[in-house]
Amino acid sequence: MKQTILFVVAFGALVSAQRGGAPARTSRASAPIDLTGYWVSVVTEDWRYRMVTPTKGDYQGVPMTPEAVKVADAWNPEADTAAGNQCRSYGAPAIMRVPGRIHVVWDDDRTLKLEADAGTQTRLFRFESPGAKGESSWQGDSLALWETPGGRGGGAGGRGNANSPRTGALKVVTTNLKAGYLRKNGVPYSEDATVTEYFDVVRPRSGGELLVVTTVVDDQKYLRQPFIVSSQFKKETDAKGWDPTPCSATW
Amino acid sequence: MLGNLVMIVRFVARMAVVLAIAGPAAAQTELAGSWAARNHEDALERGGGPYAVDYSGLPLNDEGRARALSYSGDQLSLIEHQCGGWPPFYLAMGPFGMKIWNETDPTSGTTIAWKIGAWEDRAGTTIWMDGRPHPSKNAPHERGGFTTGEWQGTTLVAYTTHMKAGSIRRNGVPSSDQATMTTYFLRHGDLLTVLEVIEDPIYLTEPELVSKNFQLDNNSMSPVGPPCVAGYEGVAEGKVPHYLPGTNPSIDELTKFYGIPREATLGGAETMYPEFRKKLKDTFVRPDKCTQNCGAPNPPPGAPPSPAVGAAR
Repeated sequence: MKQTILFVVAFGALVSAQRGGAPARTSRASAPIDLTGYWVSVVTEDWRYRMVTPTKGDYQGVPMTPEAVKVADAWNPEADTAAGNQCRSYGAPAIMRVPGRIHVVWDDDRTLKLEADAGTQTRLFRFESPGAKGESSWQGDSLALWETPGGRGGGAGGRGNANSPRTGALKVVTTNLKAGYLRKNGVPYSEDATVTEYFDVVRPRSGGELLVVTTVVDDQKYLRQPFIVSSQFKKETDAKGWDPTPCSATW
Repeated sequence: MLGNLVMIVRFVARMAVVLAIAGPAAAQTELAGSWAARNHEDALERGGGPYAVDYSGLPLNDEGRARALSYSGDQLSLIEHQCGGWPPFYLAMGPFGMKIWNETDPTSGTTIAWKIGAWEDRAGTTIWMDGRPHPSKNAPHERGGFTTGEWQGTTLVAYTTHMKAGSIRRNGVPSSDQATMTTYFLRHGDLLTVLEVIEDPIYLTEPELVSKNFQLDNNSMSPVGPPCVAGYEGVAEGKVPHYLPGTNPSIDELTKFYGIPREATLGGAETMYPEFRKKLKDTFVRPDKCTQNCGAPNPPPGAPPSPAVGAAR
């Protein structure tokens, strides 16, 4: 009997050590990567859709439905401004593509806060469901989850780096959105759109850190297939350059 | 009693070893399969090709810009260049998907190399995972370069050197034979994001970042492309199509079609960052309507995304 108890205690301790020990760690404590700090977007792709306001009717690359084209063809930024809808191109499906800086902090132990200076937007990534669905918004409701090694796949491989840092990624699923624009020239997404994002951090040989955000927008109303883009950010050492600006429908 | 305790301790020790070995293997990600390209970003560039003078968002130095402006797309019709293909950067800047598989040691099962299939205009890639060093700096440079890889958690990180001089954009923006590329393979379910970090001390002032997304495809892709067959394409022997300084006729195409000022189309590191928008604000004039390469306006229901049509080769 004593041996059995000893075995259970010893094995339990081992398993617990493998899991990182500790009873129910918070999302903050169990973060496999550090996303906090200031990041600046590096715009090397889709330049003419991001750095300037694209021309009306320029929809290259977006798998739009015919209905989406009709809506986009009717784009009227002046009317959007007059109606107080100048933030339509700053919603969660598009905000990571808008050139600017983001600032990520822990709002509490279970909520990451991402602020964007472009459009002065705030996103909250909750690691626990808030429960009741509130009013729809530009940034919607975001449920977050850490993806960690061993949690997905495995198998084939090769040599690993024994000195590899802790790795993993953040997965965020956003719903309950106000309808808005994927691109500033009126390419629409509907209020039923779902945004799935993956946040990865890599360390280039030249130093520093890069954040790669892969964004998948699903919208049966306006997209013929999921719209997939990936955006890069460079880590900054301080808040220099942080420049909150209001939304603009025209620039 | 003491014997049992020893057994338990031995068992726990064995379990610790097993779990320690299993840990790193589980952290690695399966990449083998056929991956379909999703060219929703830079669709024109990755489809038909970019405009002849569109260097926006590229950290070019003056020398790189001058060489790019001297380039004529007709150079691809030179018989010597027709089957030259693009450098390994083309994995992200080109239109195609990719087939990935791993070569294993027949006895240990260890992955010796990851392989990425070729295409007509891109050589295949071998990512050596067995710890071998890169060749001497004096070793010959190959079309596909020389690549080694390592796992950083679930991310495969590949490092390529010994490439031939070529282009980082398909409109002749040059890359030197001293360029290197670090490639990150980031898998999330059936989605694979490939990030290239390209460094070139000759033509770039800072690293160029390019990413591309792929989705796992149940249809098996070929690991080789169709054969390239060179033939006469109208360029006379001994002639090298080019533009002398100040004579590139395409320099203002983006201004004409999209209102983008020349200082932006000619690139440079500052065009990659948000502050550059402040410079543009007063000079950018948005045309009333898109007239060139605007995307398919009314695709039939259920149709796949149409490939982009570009102006440059």
